[in-house]
This record gives sequence, structure tokens and C-alpha cells, in this order.
Amino acid sequence: MTTVALKPATMAQALTRALCDAMTADLTVHVMGEDVGTLGGVFRVTDGLAEEFGEDRVTDTPLAEAGILGTAVGMAMYGLRPVVEMQFDAFAYPAFEQLISHVARMRNRTRGAMPLPITIRVPYGGGIGGVEHHSDSSEAYYMATPGLHVVMPATVADAYGLLRAAIASDDPVVFLEPKRLYWSKDAWNPEEPQAVEPIGRAVVRRAGRSATLLTYGPSVPVCLEAAEAATAEGWDLEVVDLRSLVPFDDETVAASVRRTGRAVVVHESGSYGGPGGEIAARVTERCFHHLEAPVLRVAGFDIPYPPPMLERHHLPGVDRILDAVGRLQWEAEN
Amino acid sequence: MTVMEQRGAYRPTPPPAWQPRTDPAPLLPDALPYRVLGTDAAADADPALLRRLYAELVRGRRYNTQATALTKQGRLAVYPSSTGQEACEVAAALVLEDRDWLFPSYRDTLAAVARGLDPVQALTLLRGDWHTGYDPREHRVAPLCTPLATQLPHAVGLAHAARLKGDDVVALALVGDGGTSEGDFHEALNFAAVWQAPVVFLVQNNGFAISVRLEKQTAAPSLAHKAVGYGMPGRLVDGNDAVAVHQVLAGAVAHARAGGGPTLVEAVTYRIDAHTNADDATRYRVDAEVETWRAHDPIVLLEHELTERGLLDEDGVRAARDAAETMAADLRERMNQDPVLDPMDLFAHVYAEPTPQLREQEALLRAELAAEREGAQ
Ligand SMILES: Cc1ncc(C[n+]2csc(CCOP(=O)(O)OP(=O)(O)O)c2C)c(N)n1
Repeated sequence: MTTVALKPATMAQALTRALCDAMTADLTVHVMGEDVGTLGGVFRVTDGLAEEFGEDRVTDTPLAEAGILGTAVGMAMYGLRPVVEMQFDAFAYPAFEQLISHVARMRNRTRGAMPLPITIRVPYGGGIGGVEHHSDSSEAYYMATPGLHVVMPATVADAYGLLRAAIASDDPVVFLEPKRLYWSKDAWNPEEPQAVEPIGRAVVRRAGRSATLLTYGPSVPVCLEAAEAATAEGWDLEVVDLRSLVPFDDETVAASVRRTGRAVVVHESGSYGGPGGEIAARVTERCFHHLEAPVLRVAGFDIPYPPPMLERHHLPGVDRILDAVGRLQWEAEN
Repeated sequence: MTVMEQRGAYRPTPPPAWQPRTDPAPLLPDALPYRVLGTDAAADADPALLRRLYAELVRGRRYNTQATALTKQGRLAVYPSSTGQEACEVAAALVLEDRDWLFPSYRDTLAAVARGLDPVQALTLLRGDWHTGYDPREHRVAPLCTPLATQLPHAVGLAHAARLKGDDVVALALVGDGGTSEGDFHEALNFAAVWQAPVVFLVQNNGFAISVRLEKQTAAPSLAHKAVGYGMPGRLVDGNDAVAVHQVLAGAVAHARAGGGPTLVEAVTYRIDAHTNADDATRYRVDAEVETWRAHDPIVLLEHELTERGLLDEDGVRAARDAAETMAADLRERMNQDPVLDPMDLFAHVYAEPTPQLREQEALLRAELAAEREGAQ
């Protein structure tokens, strides 16, 4: 067995590699979207693919998200596997009609006769100083739509593994890419990428005994940092990276919370009607007798995403998480 | 007996009389972009208008270079320059009466400034201190719109409402060539034509939607041709010829004001700078192409005309440049001051009356800020 030295790679590079490998392995995989060809995408995730695979398989589309996703539906109906890029989270909204009325329910309305294997890549979330409409957290809309998988990587290896799985899936997958982590690096070997990670499995990123932080995407590194900081206060926090919001890994999550007896859900989208409410309810249903305190939520405020100069006050940071962890000493205070 | 059984005996009735409602010819754009500068038509142009356009073009160019410089100093998060397109921006602003409305897209800061907006307020979105730095009603300029083409139906609705109220108001909406592919563009044009709304659409065809060239955007003979299918006239104009753009827009605005309905104007121009300061244009185009367009510069074109006609001399050029320099210096100075922001503003305008949940979140942030201040002492 050869040991290959791991090299630092960015999440963006891992995604490129995943697209490249998927296209090499399967001739039906097509990449399409605004600026994905010559430019290689505004985040360079599709860099080099057009040269490698040609314009027929890596297509700069006209500027129309409903058109992009709508034509992808037709392509998938005829046996292709389109991977579409929505340039930014808030620019996916024109495609919602197609997404909700057709993509999400084609399998169901055709009684299984016509599944749609479409991957919808969406650069997601804030923290990059983007102007209005470039920082939305839209996962709750997707989660609320039956028929869609909703997946979000937080590490370089998962970016590769989960994107390969998304493209291989026979169902539509909304693949949310945390913009803030595009340039984050992990030791990773691009020459020998990790195995494909099945969709739907959460992972314990840090083991701990006193409480569980349930989180995903851009909030994972923040939670890991908070867990380190919490040791000073005598807290030993477990951090669970959900990776997939649909399907949801009740098992891993419940096992963790049963061990620790306390949980905080952390995400940057708003809390009201947000993913945290669903997650907290599921945890409560499964772990009620193990809980020492209510499941708390640390989320973005319930406001339209703020201008970049104020976004640090909006995004859940280490202090806000530690504050919530402090409030988990429920009996002592109430 | 069925129709099939009757075969042979069956005599189909001719289709009911139907024909297209209008002869498309009057709606069709000219074969070539309309030009004034450098042609005999220029002799008829009003000297005062020429001078005004010139002063605004020079000021607009300087605004673009200054704003781009501010991105390098970290004072602006991002700036989509309209260098090369100033004639469209300026003509769009100057052709409107005070009571009319402008619906700009995210690249059209210059049109907003030429309409009288404070240059710093016009940059608020791009600096990142707030989403819109001005009251749209005050200048009748809608917020600079980032999602493409979504402002176009707004323009139609506003123009329609004004007419319903009996007001003599026209809306002018700006969109890029890429934006014409969005569904909102088609829906806006269709509504405008069906309602005969007093609205003018100006497409600034600058050749690119970020990296994507027009050929990949549309197979239409021109973007102006798209008008015909909706039943409105399309006009094609040289977007670097400020006088031509002004004339065509003025005609369209007058037509709309007189109750003639909407017009789609395509101004053919070129984006000299990259998409924004963050974009690398060398990935999708070569310098030689940019140079040919530099040679068709809107300022040089107009300057030439004015000089030929004896309407501009060295002093006049210097005066325009000095005025632009003064504007740039003021912009620089004011942009170099840190904006004073109150984080509590995050909650200020979500609803007319904040929800109880927002009040809780407000209290949380207030406590955090107080703790921060204490920690700092
Ligand atoms: C609905 C939507 N999709 C995508 C984007 C991202 N985006 C911003 S500018 C741009 C290109 C716009 O091209 P064009 O309409 O020609 O205007 P120009 O930039 O040339 O002024 C794109 C794709 C957006 N702002 N809105």
C-alpha cells in the first residue's frame, strides 16, 4: 500500500475535482449555468472543465435561472444527469417555480416512472462581505419542499465525497456550498480522493461529554472553535456536522444528545421557521428523557440579510454559542 | 356517421378570418444603430444639450475611475464600472423630467448620480453600509437592483399606476444584454405592451454578461428586434453616441407620455473595464477587441463634435475636467471617512412594528454590544 502525502487543498478545488471525476466516469453528466464555461464560474469551481469536456457538456447558458433548471428537467427526462450552477443563493429564486413545481415532484407525480437526477449547486450563505442578494441562507425553503435532498459540506473531503454522491443520486439534490469555506484548506489528496460519502449521514467532528452542538456548513468551524474555547469554562462539547438536512440522520444526532443530555443547534439562517426549529423538535421527541435542558437555537436574526458592514453582528459567532451553552445549566437557574 | 367514415365527402370549412393585428414593419428597428455624431444630423442638435451631455460624460468617467480607485483602497466592497457606457447612463438621466422615474440596475450608479443623487449615497449599496442609501421617492430613482431584470416589472407597474391616477409620468428602466434573457424581462415587456404603459426600456448591450458574449445569450437579430413580438417598437442606437441615445430616448419618452405605449431601445456599447473590480476579463476577451472600442469612446466622439462646431475650446475642456476633479475629490474625501453605523439598525426597518421575536433578538444584541463596550474599557 502506498502512502500518499496529503496536500492542502481548498474546498473549491475539491468540488472541481468531483465534477471532473463525475464527468469522466459518466458521459451523461453535463454541467450548465451562467459563466461556467470560459470563465470557470465566478468562484472558479468549474475551472478547466470546458476545455476538458467541451462546450456541449459544460455549457454557458443564457442568463435565466428558470430556463437553466427548466431545460435541465427536460435533459434529465431524456437520460442526462445535469449539474446546474445557480450563481449565488439569492439568484436561484427565479428557478423556484421549476424546482418546486417540477423538479421536486416529478418522481412522485409520475409514480416513480420519471425520476430526475439533477444536482443544483448553490453557492450559499454569508460572511464574505457580499452586497445585497449575495449572502442568503435559503436552506429552509429547500427543506420545506418534499422530494429534494438538501446537502451541505463543511470540509474539503466532504465537498468531494458529497458532490460525487449528489451527482450519482437518482433524485434531485440541492447542494449548498458555503461560500465562506470555498477557500478554506484541509489536508487532502486530490490525486486519490476520498470515497464517495453517502448522503444522509451526520458525523461527529469532535467528541465531548457535556453538551452537543448540532450544526452544518459554514457554522461547523465556528462551533469547533467555540468547543475549544468552552474547555476553559469546563465544558466538553461534542460537535455534530449534520452534512445532510434531507434526509436527516436522526440516529447519529439522537445518540449524541442521549450521551450528553444537552444540545444547541447552530446555523446562520434565521431561527423563526428555520431549520433549528425542526431539528430541536426531532431531538426533543427522541431524547426527552435524556435531556437536562431544552434544546436551544443560535441562529442569524430574523431579518433580511444585512449589509456587509453589519454582518458580523448577525452571524452566530463563538460568543453567542458559548452564551447559549452557559444557559444549558438549566436546573441551576430555573 | 363520423368524419372518418365521410372521408372524401368531407369539405373542411376555411379557418376563421384571422390576421396579425399590425404590420410589424413600423415596429422593427433600423438595420444599423442610429448615429448622430459625425453625421449631418449633428448640425441640428441643440448646443446647450451638447454641452450638458459633455460635462456629464466627463464627470461620469471621473466618477467611474474614482469609484474603482476606492475599491483598491478597500473603501468600496465592489464596483461595477460603466466606463465606456457613460453616454447611455447620462442620456437616461437627462432625458427624464423631475416627475419621471428611473429604474436602474446594479451597474447604473452613474445614471442615478446624473439624475441628481448624492454621489456618496449612490454608493451605499456597493460600500456595504446599507442596501440603499437614498429615499427612492425623493429623486424618483428606484433602488439599484441586483437581481437581474426584476426591476423591469416594477417600472411597468409604476408607470401603469401613474396613468391610472391621471399623472403625466414616464418610467425608464435600464437592463443589461444578459438581463434580457430572464423571464422577468419578457413578462415586463408583455405587460407594458398589453397595458400600453408609459414606460421605456433601455437595454445597454455592452457585449457581455460577465463572461458570456451576446451570441450565447440570444439568437435574435438584435435585442431591439425582441420588441416586435410584444407589439411595441424596437429602436437600435449607437450607445456611445450620447446625442443619438438622448434623441432616441427622448422620442420614446415623448411617445410614452403622449399615450403611445412602451418602446424597447437597444444601445450598442461596450464594457471597457472588467465586470467588476473582482473579475478577470482576460479570461474571456483579448485586449485588441477592447482597444477597438476605446477608439470609439463616447467622450472623444462628443468632444470632437463640439470642437468642430466651435462649441468647445481648451478652456471648456479644462472647465469640464476641473468640475469632474472637484466631484472626485469630494467623493474621495467623504468616502474616506468611516461610516458611523448603529448595529441596532439591523432591526429598525424589518416591519413597521417589530415582532415580539425581533424585540427579543434586539435585546440580545443590545446586551452584547454593552458587554463589548465594557470589555473595551
Ligand atoms: C437573477 C440574477 N442572476 C444572476 C446574477 C449574477 N450576475 C450579476 S451581473 C451578471 C451579468 C449581467 O450581465 P448584463 O445583464 O449583460 O449586464 P452588465 O453586467 O453587462 O451590465 C450576473 C450573471 C444576478 N445579479 N441576478
